[in-house]
Amino acid sequence: MTRYVRRRYLALKVECADSSLDYKMVFDAVWSAVLRLFGEVGASQAGLYLVRFDKDTNHAVLRCSHKALPMVKAAIASITKIGNQPAAIHVLRVSGSLKALGKKSI
Amino acid sequence: MKFSDLHLCVPLRDLEQTKKMIAESSELGYSQIGVPFPINTKQDVIDLLRQVCGEFGLDLVTRLDLAPKSLGELLSSLRQFRRRFEVVSVLCSSKPLARQAAKDRRVDLLSFRSLEPRKRLFDWAEAELASKSSAALEVDMAEVLSLEGFSRVSLFSCLRRELNTAKKFGVPVVISSGATDALLLRKPQDYASLTLLFEMDASHALEALSKNPVGVVERNRMKQSPGYVAPGIRILREKESR
Repeated sequence: MTRYVRRRYLALKVECADSSLDYKMVFDAVWSAVLRLFGEVGASQAGLYLVRFDKDTNHAVLRCSHKALPMVKAAIASITKIGNQPAAIHVLRVSGSLKALGKKSI
Repeated sequence: MKFSDLHLCVPLRDLEQTKKMIAESSELGYSQIGVPFPINTKQDVIDLLRQVCGEFGLDLVTRLDLAPKSLGELLSSLRQFRRRFEVVSVLCSSKPLARQAAKDRRVDLLSFRSLEPRKRLFDWAEAELASKSSAALEVDMAEVLSLEGFSRVSLFSCLRRELNTAKKFGVPVVISSGATDALLLRKPQDYASLTLLFEMDASHALEALSKNPVGVVERNRMKQSPGYVAPGIRILREKESR
């Protein structure tokens, strides 16, 4: 029997001096921030997955484990660079499902 | 909740960049910002900045950062400039300075910047003095964001110890951005999340971003108001002369 894993979806706004951001750059930045602050054990518990990244609006949706939410939020706030460019990522909304996140964003 | 950032280091000579940072602060949810001004700043500059802040719905707080080298310099600066600024912060670089700043009622914020644990002077004695004079401990989040590697580890360790001491002695903590660039600014809730790294409760962190700094500003504004006499004593109305 598979165990139900509670997840959280975070709507993010990415601000960066470099306008040519892509999915990989954003996900790498989040991933390395979690790894740097909480180590390999912490990163393995976070269950990170970048659901989508919109290049035009620089908005992203990130999925993480419910228990790791405070850790992931701290890691996201600590990001100051994406690639080699100064950047900041702000958490806009947090929700338990993608559907609710969409509704909240509206 | 009214959020306040008492240390927004805007480049006063670059109006465009200043406007950008103020707009960003407003967008991130702050309603009050404290800008450090040099001692010799003209009133025109402060008025212009107040006007810009007003356009974005922000309340400007004038702040003076003192980094004295001696006790005499600290006391003389406080005597001369205290009344011209709404918030005064002292960078404590030596023990005598830290002790004097902590017990002086004219000092609002105590800052400790050194990364060496021995030079972080916020110990029990300092906290006891600060709790009696109602000075607050300031934590600049720009340092937390910009440092890397061993220096950041050392900073976390110092902050953890200092915040425990502050909690024990009831010293209020003020979290400010210390940002010199718009990309170093974060939402108040994001700063509260970051305090997890030095084991501060989220509720205390939110107080340190709202109630505590707002309280410091209100107290000083009341002191600078014309009717103020002493703590707890204000002139409400004067007897009419017949």
